[in-house]
Amino acid sequence: MSSRRRRAPGGVTYDDVTGTLRERTLTALRDPGLAANLRSAGTAWAEQREVMDRDYGFNEMRDRARDIRRANIRALPALLTQLQHRVRENGGTVVRAADAAEACRYIVGLARARGVGMVAKSKSMATEEIKLNDALEDAGLEVVETDLGEWILQLAHEHPTHIIAPAIHLNKEEVAALFRAESNGDVPDDREGLVAHARMRLREKFAQAEMGISGVNLAVAATGTVCIVENEGNIRLVTSQPRIHVAVMGMERVVADWDEAAHILQVLPMAAIGYDAANYVNLISGPRREGEADGPEEFHLVIVDGGRGALRGSEFEEALSCIRCGACLYSCPMWRNVGGQTYGSPYSGPIGAVITPLLEGPSSPGSRDLPFMSSVCGACGDACPVGIPLQDLLVKARARSRSPATTKAGWAFRLWSLLWRRGLTYRLTIVGWRLGLRIRGRGGWVHRLPGPGRAWTSVRDLPSRWPPRR
Amino acid sequence: MRPGILVHTMAGAPAGPTPGLALDGGGSDGRAPTTAVGGGVEAGSGGGRHPAPLLDSTAMRVLLMRTCLSDAIAPKVWKATRRALERAGVEVRVPRGQTCCGQPAWNSGHPGQARAVARHTIKVFAGTEEVVVPSGSCSAMVVHSYPDLFRGEPDEADARDLAARTVEFTQFLARHDLDPRAKPCGAVTVHDSCHMLRALGDGTSARAALDRVPGLEVREMANTDQCCGFGGTFALNYPELSARLGDQKAHDAVNSGAPEVVACDLGCLMHIAGRAHRTGTALRARHIAEVLGS
Ligand code: SF4
Repeated sequence: MSSRRRRAPGGVTYDDVTGTLRERTLTALRDPGLAANLRSAGTAWAEQREVMDRDYGFNEMRDRARDIRRANIRALPALLTQLQHRVRENGGTVVRAADAAEACRYIVGLARARGVGMVAKSKSMATEEIKLNDALEDAGLEVVETDLGEWILQLAHEHPTHIIAPAIHLNKEEVAALFRAESNGDVPDDREGLVAHARMRLREKFAQAEMGISGVNLAVAATGTVCIVENEGNIRLVTSQPRIHVAVMGMERVVADWDEAAHILQVLPMAAIGYDAANYVNLISGPRREGEADGPEEFHLVIVDGGRGALRGSEFEEALSCIRCGACLYSCPMWRNVGGQTYGSPYSGPIGAVITPLLEGPSSPGSRDLPFMSSVCGACGDACPVGIPLQDLLVKARARSRSPATTKAGWAFRLWSLLWRRGLTYRLTIVGWRLGLRIRGRGGWVHRLPGPGRAWTSVRDLPSRWPPRR
Repeated sequence: MRPGILVHTMAGAPAGPTPGLALDGGGSDGRAPTTAVGGGVEAGSGGGRHPAPLLDSTAMRVLLMRTCLSDAIAPKVWKATRRALERAGVEVRVPRGQTCCGQPAWNSGHPGQARAVARHTIKVFAGTEEVVVPSGSCSAMVVHSYPDLFRGEPDEADARDLAARTVEFTQFLARHDLDPRAKPCGAVTVHDSCHMLRALGDGTSARAALDRVPGLEVREMANTDQCCGFGGTFALNYPELSARLGDQKAHDAVNSGAPEVVACDLGCLMHIAGRAHRTGTALRARHIAEVLGS
């Protein structure tokens, strides 16, 4: 499998991403099917969310979820220490990785030391973030994505468009074509047939894999248990079939005890897919013990910092309470029109636009524009099950961004501020502006503005009379 | 029984530098600086719906924030707001020297520049009166973001004070159960602006005010809670994406069957109307104050 995820040096964003963010936006807008696929996904999600609120009082459950996660983040160092102890007591190995490179080095080293040839992976944002597949493939290992959506993307050499539903931008005809190319044979056209085909192909791979790599939805500090939620059953296989199971988690994914875990595990599928439960909840507390029928011989938990620790105590701390449900993506009118791939980061949508530049640094060319591709409409903050004020964080992330464009805008706003902090100079600019409007907009509309206004009239007219003439 | 009405604009406000382009409240639209209408005298016969008649001495006084967008694009909007408030028995003062709440810079990630302008606004609106703003967006800026913008600054208390006194126009009407007794009007559809709906958490005040307009029928559009794509500088940074959202909004508005879209925010309206005009979509747009102050 050729590698589809290339690493920008030290970055979270993909380095096979081309063009500026605005150019990618244009490409996405030109794709006739994309917005239709995304919008129908978004609408279906929104309808289910209403059902959740009606039947379970989801909106009240969110308050408690928020409080739990805020407390988790405040107590993070102690919870991680406890988690580490418990996992070790259970017979597992814990590795704390400061960054992507450290995490990848450990996992590749482990695979080499154990003579692993094939790795079965389940869907995981953390491994996507650290570009583990690249590292494994560079070391000569075969990596198979076993989540249906991720496998489809692996075949398509594409990046995921949603953190829960990675291939939601593709329809079933496109998927059938990919399967046909992969198997050089007959593949059915209908949904069930396609799933059955994928299941058969992937089962063959499971039988050969010596290492299974998964993500982590939540880790429970009190018992050293890793929780992974899924709908397909592939994670159950990834974490139990191969000899070695490696779980990779961002350091913020820890809760204190089972009381908290139970609540978050309820809220997660409600927020993510609008259903009251996921099909499978895997609870893993270390490797197989004596007398147990299945499970791996070795269990390794890799806890990645990757820039998270520095966010504690900052104005962005709330972003760490994210449970990666993807609700903010579905709710986002930007995401619904351009999809996750446009963002160029495994983390797309509002949360991606906030955390990608936080993890990469404010002047990273790959992500510094992301916070600006938003109208700050606040639908994301409303959708978030743990009450992250994403719209406020987007505005704060803008203030932190460093690029030639923000420098230029900074000068413009400096001038603006000098003129508009006094009544007189303000009045002069407005009088001048209205005079210009009268001259240029004699028919009631201005069709072309000069300077920064050109962007306005590139797609719309400006009414010079109000109410606007028809 | 109609309440007595006291109309008061800034005494001594100068006429604007260019007739018709003037800005400041009083006198700029050719009215006498101070007009007392029916002080203590019954006027009109609106009767019945007003539970608490106001007397001159207790007339509610407010400060009107015109908003820079209204100054720049549609002075009619703030004038209609004043008219509506006055007809509802409120004494309106339009403080001189007002400029902008600072949102454009704040929203674009330049808090320092925003603060300098916001500081001026705080001074201009000093006092104890409620500050009425015909914009969900500008009032959200003051109510929601000023405390953030001035956190730890020497004038934080003043910022919080202004935030506590500031209220969007239709919210003000709802809060005090006021009826501006608008002229009859046909069918309209309502666009919930994001800052009104989510930042201020209000999806009802605009409709409640429109409900009182004789003959007016609100035809709800689909996806009324979805952003129109204006988003301030976003409209300039990502014009094509902004336009796509504007098209979706215009499409939903037209499909409501109403010929006209109204909203509490001028920014959304000039974007929706501007895009509709460019694409040849037949859709009228009016600020809600123009309906209520007609
Ligand atoms: S920010 Fe909130 S809505 Fe978005 S993925 Fe995280 S938890 Fe879900």
